[in-house]
Formats: sequence, structure tokens, C-alpha cells
Amino acid sequence: MQSSLSPNHALFEFALFMGDNGLICGHRLSEWTGHGPALEQDIAITNISLDLIGQATSWLNLAGEVEGKGRSADDLAYFRSDRQYRNFLLTEQPNGDWAMTIVRQFLFDCFHFEMLQALLNSQDERVVAIAAKSIKEVVYHLRYNSEWMIRLGDGTVESHRRMQRALKEQWRFLGELYEDQELDQVLAESGISVLPSSLKQAAFSRMRGVLKEATLKEPAAVTDFKGSGRKGIHSEHLGHLLAVMQSVQRAYPGQEW
Amino acid sequence: MKNNWPIWEVFIRSKNGLSHKHVGSLHAADAEMAIENARDVYTRRSEGISIWVVESKNITASSPADAAALFEPAADKIYRHPTFYILPDEVKHM
Amino acid sequence: MPAEGKTIENADLLKAFQERIDRDEKIEPKDWMPDAYRQTLIRQISQHAHSEVIGMLPEGNWIPRAPSLRRKAALIAKVQDEAGHGLYLYSAAETLGIDRETLYQQLLAGKAKYSSIFNYPTLTWADIGAVGWLVDGAAIMNQVMLTRTSYGPYARAMVRICKEESFHQRQGYEILLTLVRGSEEQKAMAQDALDRWWWPSLMMFGPNDAESVHSAQSMAWRIKRKSNDELRQQFVDATVPQAEVLGLQIPDADLKWNEDRGHYDFGEIDWNEFWSVVHGNGPCNRERMAAYQDAHANGAWVREAAMAYAEKRQMRKNETTGKIDLQVA
Repeated sequence: MQSSLSPNHALFEFALFMGDNGLICGHRLSEWTGHGPALEQDIAITNISLDLIGQATSWLNLAGEVEGKGRSADDLAYFRSDRQYRNFLLTEQPNGDWAMTIVRQFLFDCFHFEMLQALLNSQDERVVAIAAKSIKEVVYHLRYNSEWMIRLGDGTVESHRRMQRALKEQWRFLGELYEDQELDQVLAESGISVLPSSLKQAAFSRMRGVLKEATLKEPAAVTDFKGSGRKGIHSEHLGHLLAVMQSVQRAYPGQEW
Repeated sequence: MKNNWPIWEVFIRSKNGLSHKHVGSLHAADAEMAIENARDVYTRRSEGISIWVVESKNITASSPADAAALFEPAADKIYRHPTFYILPDEVKHM
Repeated sequence: MPAEGKTIENADLLKAFQERIDRDEKIEPKDWMPDAYRQTLIRQISQHAHSEVIGMLPEGNWIPRAPSLRRKAALIAKVQDEAGHGLYLYSAAETLGIDRETLYQQLLAGKAKYSSIFNYPTLTWADIGAVGWLVDGAAIMNQVMLTRTSYGPYARAMVRICKEESFHQRQGYEILLTLVRGSEEQKAMAQDALDRWWWPSLMMFGPNDAESVHSAQSMAWRIKRKSNDELRQQFVDATVPQAEVLGLQIPDADLKWNEDRGHYDFGEIDWNEFWSVVHGNGPCNRERMAAYQDAHANGAWVREAAMAYAEKRQMRKNETTGKIDLQVA
């Protein structure tokens, strides 16, 4: 298939996609600050939030650089609408209870880890640099969230029930994570990235291992779920998140903060 | 409801070549969580490269009441210290 | 042991204890101490811990709206530090024989207090600058003093806290500096924040020395080493020149340099306001307590599940090693 997308534009889109996932996850996790189930966990979850926001900044800077129109990471974060955001629907889902947050992050981590691993072999050295820095952080995220999956899945009757509910609630968003877009073909052909579908087996095998240890049941696959964050078709939650996040910049555009 | 996590004492090695040093304590449900919590609480500014945790109840401490018997007898054993021995000035670096 | 029942006290023990204090010896957890010393420390350290944790809320209010990625990361890291400081302080209090859960319950029951400053709302982004500059600035005065407090674990917690705090005030000041160099609207925002936060910041040091109930004894025990009024003066003296650099007006007509004293004179604090906020009628007292209560209640099932899992895992380990755990009742 001959694509109309140039590799450069595909890289721009890809950097936005990686950056937006990090930013939206990081933002959601930061909402726990001051509200965690124990002070120790408050600190832990904000550490993950800070990792992700740092990664997002690197990706968005790369996007701005690739685009070549002088847009900074902040310009991209604060002055795009939800239709221009490229993150997965999964990442923008509200925190809910601790189970909802842990499941969301765990499902994302499984994708994120495999993707970063693959990006270590990218032909673009800027991509390799960001991936190499990020993967150390994400190994820890995966470990942290896996342990909480197991702890809560195999904890009390109540925690098991909440985890199973969270899993069922969020499983429908998984399809998008491993679905190849036209963009991915271009990226794969130019050696910048890989096809997301190629990550699926490893990610699912890891997920299933953790679910088993957590005594949680894998929900039935949802294959016909509509909506794709990567194409800018989001849930209603993202608009609200951005309205809050961008409020100061939007109210007083063009200022230094 | 039983939901109070026990207290753990945290020891951090700041760099290779140095001992682990007590830095404080925290709460965790089990040892694995205690290590992670210690990492998140006590090494956010690159303070360490290795962590020990031990549940506080497993530490046996000497009693302050015994301090005199335990520690004061060492005070007059001055022959354990190099300055006890008088050497001529010509002998340097010993 | 400490928490249960009264310590046996007699004149000789008390005298020996005071002599240790006067020699500037540190008191450690297992040392003998008068019950009143222990209770004073528990009250003060826990109040300090609660303040750190409640203090996360007004600043956390702006994390989602921080206007750049750099500001967002800095603010998250700062508020996260406050959680850490709360944790260090609860730990220090726990060495006195009281557990964190009991301390939580005391706050939830209204038996313990936290710093009243956190009952004021953060209304604009400039408030985040003002809180960092003034509130952290006032706290640092107190905390630097407390690194030399007589109780070892408290002093050690304070040393760690002061080290971490050093970026907090700068973070706030830099926010204001950016605003005063910006548009007219931004300057006005900065001035408005100073107008609202100045007096509450002065109130943070507590009542005047003459009115302060606990001060004299705390000074004798070297828990505190400077009086409320001394610290307040030190704060005013340090802060006025910083306001001048910002080009902002401190909202006090009586503020002026006193050549004879070598200090700034300043106006009378509105003590009615102070006491009404202390007694629960500040703008956000109820909201702060509700948020604290919610976090604690919503986390209960998580903490319980983690314990249940830890016990299960321990039992499984014992089964495979053939060890019998007699503690599982």
C-alpha cells in the first residue's frame, strides 16, 4: 500500500501519540496527590506521574522539532483541542477508585513497556534516546502496578470484586492499543517504529500471567468497540481534562508563566 | 477492620564503599512493598543505590538503663587508642 | 512502656532530665522522659505532620491547572515532598509510642489541630507563588529552628525536611517573579495574592508570646528554641526586601524600618480572624477536613486488602517451608 504520509509527518504524529499518552496518564495520576490510600502510596503514584510527564515533555519537544514550525512542548500540550490529541482512550479514563487506576495503568504499562523495548532499535536516534531513558522508569511502573494487581486481586473479597469490575470496565479500550494504523505502516517501513500488532502477543502473555496470579478472570474480548483516541475520537472525559489543564494558558494566551 | 500496615526501618547505602545507614521508617504491608515505598520515599533525590528494610518489631535494642554497664567500661581502656603510646618525634607515620 | 499509663516521675529524675536538656543532649526514644514532655512532643509533632498533609490540598488544587509542563512537574514534586514530610513527622511521633492511625483519628475527631493557613483558598495561579514564597518561607523559619530541637527523631526529621524544602520557597518566588515581569493582569494577580496571603502568613507563628500557653515550657525543654514573636520578626525582616525585589506592596500601612531596633515594625494582626479560623470558621476548614476524611475512608479497603494479601503470602511461604506461624490468630 502506497501511503500519502511522509515519514517525517508520521514521526510527528507518532511523537504526539507517545507524548499525549504520557501527559494524560501523568495528569490523571497527579490528581491522586493528597488523596491516596496511604501517604506512602501518594508518594509512589506521584513519582510515576512525574516520570510520565517528563517523558511526555521529551516526546512533545521532539514533535515540535520534527514539525519545524517552532512549536514547543508547552504549545503542543496547552493549545491543542481534544480532537487533536492522540492518546489512547484508556489513558484518559477517570481515576475512579484505586482499583480503577491500578488496572488502567497496568494495561497501559504492558503496552508501553513492549513499545519502548521495540523503540530501542529505532532508526531514529532521537527516538532511541527517549526510549532508553523511559524504559528504566517504565520497568518500575510495570513492577509497581503488577504487584498492586496481584495484591488487590488476591486480597480481600471486596478488593477482588473491585478489581474484577475495573478490569471489565476497561478491557474494551484494549483493542486500540494493538491495532495498526496507516501511520504505523509508514513508521514500520522507515524503521522508526514497529507495528503495534507485533507487540500484542508479548503484552498479552505478560498480562495473562499477572491476571492468573491475581486470581482475576480475563474479560471477554471486545472487538467492535468504536472510538479511537489515536484518530482524535475520544471519550467525553478528555474535553473536561483539557479544559482544566489548559485553563490558565487559554485565558491569558501569549504570556510567560 | 484490620488495615494498619506495620512499621519498617529503612537503611540506605548512598554509594558503593559505604555502609547502609538508617534513614527513617515507613509503613508497608509486606517486605516487597516496604522496599518500593523506601525507594519512593527515601531515594527521590538520588540518595541511594541499595536499600535494606527490616520490620521494626524485629529489631532488638539495648536499653538506656544498661548504658552505664554496657558502655562506660570502655572509657578507661585508653591503651586501645594510639595516643596512649609515646614515640619519639623522629618516628613519623606510625 | 510509654503510651500505656503514667511514667513514674520523681524530683531526681526530673532534675536529671532537665540537666541533660541544659547540656544540650538529645533525648532519644527509649530514654526516660517526663510524661508532659512526651505529650507535648506528640501534640506538636503530630500537629506539624497534619499540617504537611492538609497543606497538600490547597496547592494540589492547582496541579491540574499548572500553566506549563515545567511548572506542573515542579508543583507535583513539591506537593509530593509535603507528603514525605508528613510521613517523616508521623514516623517521629510514632517513636513516642503512638501510632499513625491514632494520630489520624485525633485529627478527624477534631482533637488535634493543623496550621490554620491551609484553611485559606488558593484562587489564582499567583496564589501558588505566594504560598511557596510566604507560607513555605514562614515554615522554614520554624523548621530551621527545629533542626536543633531536643528530641532526636524530631530533629533528624527536620534536617531532612529542611534539605528538601530548600527548593520550595524558590519555586514560589520564581512564579511571582515571572508574573511581575509579565502583563498588567499578571502583575495584578501577583499583588492580589500577596494582599490575601500576607496576614495569614504572619499568623502562622501563633499568638503573641504573652498569650502563648505552651511556649515557656517548650522553651525550657528546648523543644522550641525561639519564641513566636522572635520568629515572626525574623520572617518579616527577611521577607520585606524580597517583596521590594518583586516590586509588590505589602498590605500593611504600619510597616517601616526601625533604625533603633534594627528591625521592621509592623501592624497589629487581626487576632479575631486568627481565632475564628482556628476554631473552624475559616473559608475552607470543612472542605479540608472532608477531603482528609475521604482519602482516609476511601483508602481503607486498599490498606486492608494489602494486609490480607501479605498474610496470605506469608502463610503460603510457611507452608512450603514447613514452618508454622503461631502469630496468625
